[in-house]
Amino acid sequence: MQTVIFLICAVGAVAAGIAVFRVDSMARATLALLASFVVAAIPILLLGLSYLGVLVILMMVMEMMIMAVFMVMYMMNPAGLMPMKMVHNNRMSLVIAAVVFVLLAAGALLTPWPSGGRATSDPTLALGMDLMGPHMLVMIVIGLALFATMIAVVVLSTHRGRYDRFGDDLRRRTPDDPVRGGLGK
Amino acid sequence: MGSRMISALLWNIILGFVFLGVLAYAAAAWSAFLSARESGTSPVAALAGPGRETARLLIRQRSIAPGADALLARIGTWLLPLAALLAVLVIPLGQHAISDLSVGVVWFNAMEVLAWAAVWMVGWGSNSIWGLVGANRFLAQGLAYELPHMFALITAAVGAGSLRVSDIAAVQEQPGHLWFVVYMPAAFLVFLLSLLGFAFFGPFNQPVGREIAGGAAAGISGIDRLLLLAGRYLLLTAGAAMAVPLFLGGGAGPLLPAWPWVLFKTVAVLAVLVWIGRRVPAVRMERFTEISWLVLLPLTILQALAVSIFVLVGWI
Amino acid sequence: MMLQLFLLLAAALFAVGLYGLLSQQSIVMILMGLELAINGIIVAAAAFWFFTTDARPDGQVLVLLAISVMAVEMAMGFAITTAIFRARDVDMADSASDLAG
Repeated sequence: MQTVIFLICAVGAVAAGIAVFRVDSMARATLALLASFVVAAIPILLLGLSYLGVLVILMMVMEMMIMAVFMVMYMMNPAGLMPMKMVHNNRMSLVIAAVVFVLLAAGALLTPWPSGGRATSDPTLALGMDLMGPHMLVMIVIGLALFATMIAVVVLSTHRGRYDRFGDDLRRRTPDDPVRGGLGK
Repeated sequence: MGSRMISALLWNIILGFVFLGVLAYAAAAWSAFLSARESGTSPVAALAGPGRETARLLIRQRSIAPGADALLARIGTWLLPLAALLAVLVIPLGQHAISDLSVGVVWFNAMEVLAWAAVWMVGWGSNSIWGLVGANRFLAQGLAYELPHMFALITAAVGAGSLRVSDIAAVQEQPGHLWFVVYMPAAFLVFLLSLLGFAFFGPFNQPVGREIAGGAAAGISGIDRLLLLAGRYLLLTAGAAMAVPLFLGGGAGPLLPAWPWVLFKTVAVLAVLVWIGRRVPAVRMERFTEISWLVLLPLTILQALAVSIFVLVGWI
Repeated sequence: MMLQLFLLLAAALFAVGLYGLLSQQSIVMILMGLELAINGIIVAAAAFWFFTTDARPDGQVLVLLAISVMAVEMAMGFAITTAIFRARDVDMADSASDLAG
């Protein structure tokens, strides 16, 4: 039963992944990617990783919807009404991808993996205890990296600095923004 | 799994969905009642208003604009009510939920977020500029309410030391324990606020705002429109039902058994939400974003810190 | 279910992502390929955790790390796209080859 569910989900995830690069409409490409993520999360749920599986679904829905906004904003043909190919080096990419798949598959099938190891009764609790204990450094680094990303992203994507907002001598009390927020900051 | 278990599960699911549907209709009727009273028409006649509207939309022809992405629009309209139905799976009615997942709080949040995808697909798929504006408005609003909302959910989970919704309710039902709303009032208020947000109801109805010709709902009619509008009320109802085990003590209450109490509290939260939604003026998403990130987010983080300290000290 | 099946799924996802990464011209589409590839890593890490490690949550930590990498990659990718688009009105990787040797 579980194997059947796994196989359906696996085929679905890969098919949706291929569809991402085959459909013309960018909205459909984004949602195909979302479908691939959601379907690939089901095998993770089958492994008993309920927290991480649901987390992947939660995060990917949010991420893909933001991606859809950027798609519509930047792509020249988001609805795919005039189909066009926007690829370079297509054949070589296909060959490289196929070779990498064969190599990885061979490695997966031929390596004598160690077996055994029983899952803990509550993997979510084990993960939390581990992150707040032996692997706390990972959590700290992730936190720092995310914080640095937030700052870097704002710096990169905004074209307005404090002199634009508060005047050349920074004397303006309320900033001069094109869009005012609710607090007037 | 035996066939008896499966049939019991099916009955639970049907019962849960019936309760959800009835409560959602009551919310829509209450909203119609309030607006009829404001405009001076007969409030009692308005109680049947949502039913008449449903019948009208059901017999109406579907319209679809040329060049529209009908597939995405259809998926989106069905996904919105489906998200609400999936979200209520983890909410315990009395002692047991339909599916009492060990990560129920995260599941609930993930199902709510499906509304982002649903509304965007409807707005994009109807091939109307107003639809896309409405859809993008919903995402902007979502980015504003989502983080405080997550912290509010997590605060309740921290208080109980579990992500399982029935555990959270059980902690509050123990003698000597107060309801979580007493320990975490800020989280409760932020939770209610974000309920209005993800059902794009009341002050947050910008995504279907009147000044953009109905926004995400602009390009759809007939059963598609019905699903979208019903999905809003279903989401609001699911959220109100979730507030009960998280903050309002679950089935705790004198005399009656647990499940009438859960229903009673859900109805109360829902009535208050709809009433507030009709009283508070609309808040534009860019204004709410600043309020959310500069006020609500620090507030909920402090609330989570306070609750963590309560747990360490042993007050909860 | 066995480990090999999961690894095959992971390899297939990774390969599809790699194809997109190499062949697409639009930066946003390249990011999508990258996401697919990282999703392959998530599946593989989850499978390794379940089938090989002895009740230690290291595989789960790896999954969490991969999810964070995804978030960072998306945010940085879009910020760079926004910056390039603002400066030159392009969203193609081919038009941003200033650093090509």
